[in-house]
Amino acid sequence: MTTAQIIFLVVAAVTLVSAFMVVTTRNLIHAALWLVATLFGVAVTYALLNANFLAVVQVVVYIGAIAILFIFAVMLTRKEMRDQGPQLNSAWWISALLAVLTFGGLVGMLWGWKGMDTLASEMPVGFDSVSALGDALISPNAFVLPFEVASVLLLAALVGAVYVAFNPRSGDSRK
Amino acid sequence: MIPLSWYLIFAAGLFSLGLFGVLARRNAVAILLGVELMLNAVNINLAAFWRYGNVTDMTGQVFAIIVFAVAAAEVAVGLALVISVYRSRNTVVADEIDMLKW
Amino acid sequence: MTTETLIWLIPLPPALAFFLIVLFTNKNKALSHSVGVGAAVLSWLASMVVFFRALGVEHLGEHPFVSSVNWLPTGDTWFKIGVAIDPLGAAVLFFVSITIFMIFLYSVGYHNFGQPKGDHDRAGLPPHGATVTDEQGHKHTVPSVEPMYSRFFAFLGLFAFGMYTLVVSDNLLTMFVGWEIMGLCSYLLIGFWYGKPSARAAAIKAFMTTRIGDVFMLLGIAFLYSATGTLTFREIFTEEMLQHLVSIDPHFLGLTGAGLIGLLLFIGTVGKSAQWPLHVWLPDAMEGPTPVSAMIHAATMVSAGVYAVIRMFPLLSLDHNTMTVVAFIGTFTAIFAATIAVAQNDIKRVLAYSTISQLGFMIAALGIGAYVAAAFHLITHAFFKALLFLGSGSVIHGMEHGVLHTGNHSVDPQDMFNMGGLRKKMPITFWTFLIGGFALSGFPLLTAGFWSKDEILADAWANGHLVVFVTLALAAFMTAFYTMRQITLTFLGEPRTKEAEHAQETPWTMTVPLMVLSVFAIGYGWVGIPENFLNLQLAPSWFHEFVGGTLAEHPEVIPFNPIPLIVSLVVALGGLLLGWLYYRNVNSAKEDFFQIPLLKNKYYFDEAYQVVFIKPVIWLSEVFTYKWLDQGLIDGILHFFGPATGGIGGFIRQYIDLKVINEFIGDGLAAVTQETGRTLRPIQTGRIQQYMMLSLVILAVVGALLYFMLGAGL
Repeated sequence: MTTAQIIFLVVAAVTLVSAFMVVTTRNLIHAALWLVATLFGVAVTYALLNANFLAVVQVVVYIGAIAILFIFAVMLTRKEMRDQGPQLNSAWWISALLAVLTFGGLVGMLWGWKGMDTLASEMPVGFDSVSALGDALISPNAFVLPFEVASVLLLAALVGAVYVAFNPRSGDSRK
Repeated sequence: MIPLSWYLIFAAGLFSLGLFGVLARRNAVAILLGVELMLNAVNINLAAFWRYGNVTDMTGQVFAIIVFAVAAAEVAVGLALVISVYRSRNTVVADEIDMLKW
Repeated sequence: MTTETLIWLIPLPPALAFFLIVLFTNKNKALSHSVGVGAAVLSWLASMVVFFRALGVEHLGEHPFVSSVNWLPTGDTWFKIGVAIDPLGAAVLFFVSITIFMIFLYSVGYHNFGQPKGDHDRAGLPPHGATVTDEQGHKHTVPSVEPMYSRFFAFLGLFAFGMYTLVVSDNLLTMFVGWEIMGLCSYLLIGFWYGKPSARAAAIKAFMTTRIGDVFMLLGIAFLYSATGTLTFREIFTEEMLQHLVSIDPHFLGLTGAGLIGLLLFIGTVGKSAQWPLHVWLPDAMEGPTPVSAMIHAATMVSAGVYAVIRMFPLLSLDHNTMTVVAFIGTFTAIFAATIAVAQNDIKRVLAYSTISQLGFMIAALGIGAYVAAAFHLITHAFFKALLFLGSGSVIHGMEHGVLHTGNHSVDPQDMFNMGGLRKKMPITFWTFLIGGFALSGFPLLTAGFWSKDEILADAWANGHLVVFVTLALAAFMTAFYTMRQITLTFLGEPRTKEAEHAQETPWTMTVPLMVLSVFAIGYGWVGIPENFLNLQLAPSWFHEFVGGTLAEHPEVIPFNPIPLIVSLVVALGGLLLGWLYYRNVNSAKEDFFQIPLLKNKYYFDEAYQVVFIKPVIWLSEVFTYKWLDQGLIDGILHFFGPATGGIGGFIRQYIDLKVINEFIGDGLAAVTQETGRTLRPIQTGRIQQYMMLSLVILAVVGALLYFMLGAGL
């Protein structure tokens, strides 16, 4: 067992445990914090995969923005539901069964796939994945159009979020 | 070295946990948390296939980036909706937000 | 203006007057009678112009005034209507226009224009008189104005329109139209006082009776048109057309086509001119406003019937059988009506039967081929009978004055036995009536009636119709007798009632027409004095020359024979003398020898018709048709169908509509849909997580199925 394998297993275990805590813990603030941990684990996984840019973006965007957004949302909506009552609905066991079935189905499908045991090839010498990614994103021959569409989507979501969450009764913000 | 199957199984586990969260949690914010987990699982797969395929082809990473953008948009709109619903119905429990029925 | 245009225009003013009065001026009595009389004057003037222009034309018979227009397209030809004035038409137009004008003028006075409104007068009843207070404070009852004064002039106008149309028509169709318009007017005028039940009954009787004749006449017209394709007189009365008509065999009683057509047309005349057996309506027609409408019927309209047969003479004379029928009907009517007239006490009824009798003379004359004599008697009779009717109206009017004066309304102002001695009270009426009466009797040499009646008798004698001659002579004798009876009872002797003592002369509007007509009643006879009268070799008879020219074959002048002249003198003078001698001493109906029930009741013809025709018809309509057929059979069928249909409908509704369609199909579908919806509704919880779960389960199931079923390929 190599070092990389050990690191992966540790990271994967931490991540999965954190994820489990995210979906099960009663306190939503805690759940959000466990999410941060999960996302961090995923970022490490990216790093293990030599996807440096993704790892950084995972930390900056997911942990820095989305997770914080969750925390704010939890704080804004937790006036009544102070972690009382069950956090899972009555049909949670069906959900669990479905989740297990899904996992089992996915693994079962993968099991018979011959590419499963593929090993990663060595990174080419002098290959900079970050600059290659940048080229791909803005190259007219590659993904400039999906990139721009995604940016428009983000803008639309931004405007939509502001509109939906805007409270017309609190008139001050309009000035 | 780590075989591809490890990543894939890891991603499948993460996905299933997220799915469980989406299906079982009562709190709408928690459901969104589950969605994030599922998106991350997908992203892991994308990155892994990039790494284990042709490295010079950046499609996997680009898709991951786009998933980031979609996730950000989803979270922004989803949380805005949750807040809006909370304002009008004073609850964030998914079961109680059932205006979509007969 | 050409004569033809003028002829077209003659019937127009009265028609316009009718519409003007009915639509606009009927509220204003003075305006209405001005319009009516004005129209009559216009038509009269136009007729006079036409008449005198006609006199100036040589051989008018060959070249009559004609004008026609295309009226109805009949296939590739046209049915033409038009006007024509030949000598006969001109002569008839002359007397028609004068009498109509006189009727209009006379009506103004007769309906008491200028008198106050009646105290209790109602529309539909004769005026009852009005009470006025003079300067001394005495109350008088005076005649009151007719409530429907304007309406009367409107009807008169329509009547005049019909008469003029009939006279100027050059074809049978428009002639028939005018004929029917007059039929309608006679109905309207007889029933003018529709408040009286007797007037209503008389109006219906007149209308129905003449209708019988009219139907046959229409049949004749239709036959004629189908046989010849034309109804224009000129075209029918050509030699080849007449020969063609004779050659048709309609397989009816051995008559020729011409004979049958002539007979059918003649039946129309029998109805219109009140010949036996359709004479019953004319005496009852006296229910109309006395005597103006009576005069219309008796002196003018009935003449139209005779005019029509005279017109159709060329056709009638083709068949010997038809001529025999015509002669028989005429002769019989003449004597038959004369006998009835002797027993009548109503001054107007005497004249009515007298009219029937005189029309019989004309028809008889025509039947023996005395064309000119018939036309001549038609015209002279129209003048003196108009004079007599207007005179009788004047008498009645005067008597009504007396009745109003005494206030005793039980006295019948028309009963001659209530009169007597009126010559002093009503001198103008007396003298004019005397002239009319003498003309009717055929007072020798002086009066028109003598010349025309003498000519008929002479014709009958000369043509060897001895039976006709004797019968007509007898009728003429009776005519003189009842005329003198009438004059004696009415005017001579002393007043028999207080009312007669207080009778009064009538206003000038009534007496002027009397005087005008009496001039013609005397003078018109002189235009027809035969040229070899008493073998004196006088100038040729103008009338004979003129009217005779209408026929293609100029009728020959009959040689003089003293026998008919002597007979005519004897019957006229003898009748008059006997009448005077006898009735001079008769003072009441009881003393009158001639009040024989059979005559008094007109040979029970009304009663016989009642039993033979009216009762069966009423039975047929009221009992058979109405009770049995209509109520029993037809209603029964309907009453069966009604409930049956209702039952079928109810069954369908109860068992098919309600059960199957409504409950099973309609409600059933609705219930199924509703139940399905209600059952499926819980699935729609609105909970997003359940939806996701469900879709996931389904996805899993579908995926598993696909995997295991198609898995080999994957």
